[in-house]
Amino acid sequence: MREESLKLRPYLDEVGVMIGLEIHVQLNKLNTKIFCGCPLDYHDDGPNTHTCPVCLGLPGSLPVINRKAVEYSIKVGLALGCSIEEHTQFYRKNYYYPDLPKGFQITQYDYPIASKGYINIEGEDGEVRIRINRAHMEEDPGRLLHEGGSIERSKYTLIDYNRSGVALLEIVTEPDIRSPKEARRFLDKLRNILEYLDVVDTTLEGSMRVDANISLSGGSRSEVKNISSHKGAERALLFEIVRQKNLLRRGGKVVQETRHFDEARGVTVSLRTKEEAHDYRYFPEADLVPLKVADLAPGIAKTLPELPDARRQRFISQYGVTDDHAKSLTSEKQVADFYEQVATEVDPKLAAVWIADVLKGELNYRNLGIDAFAGANMVQLVKLLAWDKITEQSGVEVIRTILDEGGTPDDVVAAKGLLKAGGDLVTAAVEEAITENPQAVEDYRSGKQEAVNFLMGQVMKKTKGRADAKEVREMIIQRV
Amino acid sequence: MITTKDVEHIGWLARLKMEEEQLEGYADQLNSVLDYFGQLDEVDTREVEPTYHVLEMNNVFRDDKITDCLTRDEAIGNAPKTQDGYFKAPRII
Repeated sequence: MREESLKLRPYLDEVGVMIGLEIHVQLNKLNTKIFCGCPLDYHDDGPNTHTCPVCLGLPGSLPVINRKAVEYSIKVGLALGCSIEEHTQFYRKNYYYPDLPKGFQITQYDYPIASKGYINIEGEDGEVRIRINRAHMEEDPGRLLHEGGSIERSKYTLIDYNRSGVALLEIVTEPDIRSPKEARRFLDKLRNILEYLDVVDTTLEGSMRVDANISLSGGSRSEVKNISSHKGAERALLFEIVRQKNLLRRGGKVVQETRHFDEARGVTVSLRTKEEAHDYRYFPEADLVPLKVADLAPGIAKTLPELPDARRQRFISQYGVTDDHAKSLTSEKQVADFYEQVATEVDPKLAAVWIADVLKGELNYRNLGIDAFAGANMVQLVKLLAWDKITEQSGVEVIRTILDEGGTPDDVVAAKGLLKAGGDLVTAAVEEAITENPQAVEDYRSGKQEAVNFLMGQVMKKTKGRADAKEVREMIIQRV
Repeated sequence: MITTKDVEHIGWLARLKMEEEQLEGYADQLNSVLDYFGQLDEVDTREVEPTYHVLEMNNVFRDDKITDCLTRDEAIGNAPKTQDGYFKAPRII
């Protein structure tokens, strides 16, 4: 499963952008937190309702690790092509900040559970491999509310420890990402893989939180925290590139520091100069014994589902769709499931075109998910198109109408009279258009190609758009 | 060798307030602690397996089963300051 990494990528421009990401993934499909039995269904409840002595860090409490959290971590590690380490253990990372009630976070350090994997993404210069340095387990800190608005201006902090102790898997990449757009693609791909693995509900707030390290031309890096969306990651990184560029242009120096992304204003703000690793005074967590879990990996590997890249290949070989369509259809699990459901009942290639090229665009435009369109409706629509009952133009109209007003393809076709005009009707309309417009015919014969478009327009008007444009064009050319 | 500057830094990390005149004394004490631990370096451990934990145990797990939580009043009962069910702390950056 493990492959040697590609040789290091060159920079894409003279600025030499290097980006590495740390993604904190909440294993929120578990029933309970990582070291205690507090449930994770706190999202609709008030603050501090899902805590116990362990996740509040009260004296005398003892953490015990959730077996399933370990299994989920191994599952993700394997899906990312990582090796699962023979020996893995926990450390205390010491720092005083009120999101941690204990004064330290239980995390991993030099013995992470998984290391050395990769994700392939569509890069600025073709398909590229982004190497994963490691994935390690840790506990989520509590949630802080900065009263009085932003983090810089607030006078005091309110703390909710419901989130404290939720199992996190921190996935750390090598600095192989070369642009904000690549960063976003990486995050989208990672989310897709996590959805396939069914270990995280990515629709829940805070389920994937990103810290980004970015440097220019081999200079010092800044770390941007508090990025909560993939779009936010792209914007924060764009801002940082411009900020660092301007700083260098004015003869300044980028200092190694931690910056906070203010999503509302779209800017990053300096928080503090970064702690050195030794400032955290890591030492082994004596309350937890080490884990020897590498021998669980082969069994878990057998339970891995088909992952996006494999499914994409299968779509090409099984359904005969193009690589672009396969990529588009597998970029979200729900879309791929939807496609397969439709493809079993109709021509899979035609279904691919209509789902990947048309439906996805119309959904995006309306900010809707694939669940807004019933699979049965797509089956019916593709059948109407395959049987040549409606034109492509009408097909698009059917999709738009269903998304905006509801109904089924048959309803919409009947209500709007979209059934394709029969052959005789079209022939008659062509005849009429030619007799009524001798000037256009003359123009075409003398070499004016645009005249055909004018005649086609006349035919479309007469048939109320129900004629197939390509056919009409051929008929006109043949006739004149 | 721990300097008074190191002591100040360590104090800041631990959020301990220290007076100027205490720094020297703490530096001396920390250095003597480190010297004492330094004796360990004299033991030849090349043939000894590293010890990760004092217990010779691995893989102590818990099932993913829900247990009872504290009530909110119990959870925040000992906090010096609370507001609307939250713990309340000074702003720290």
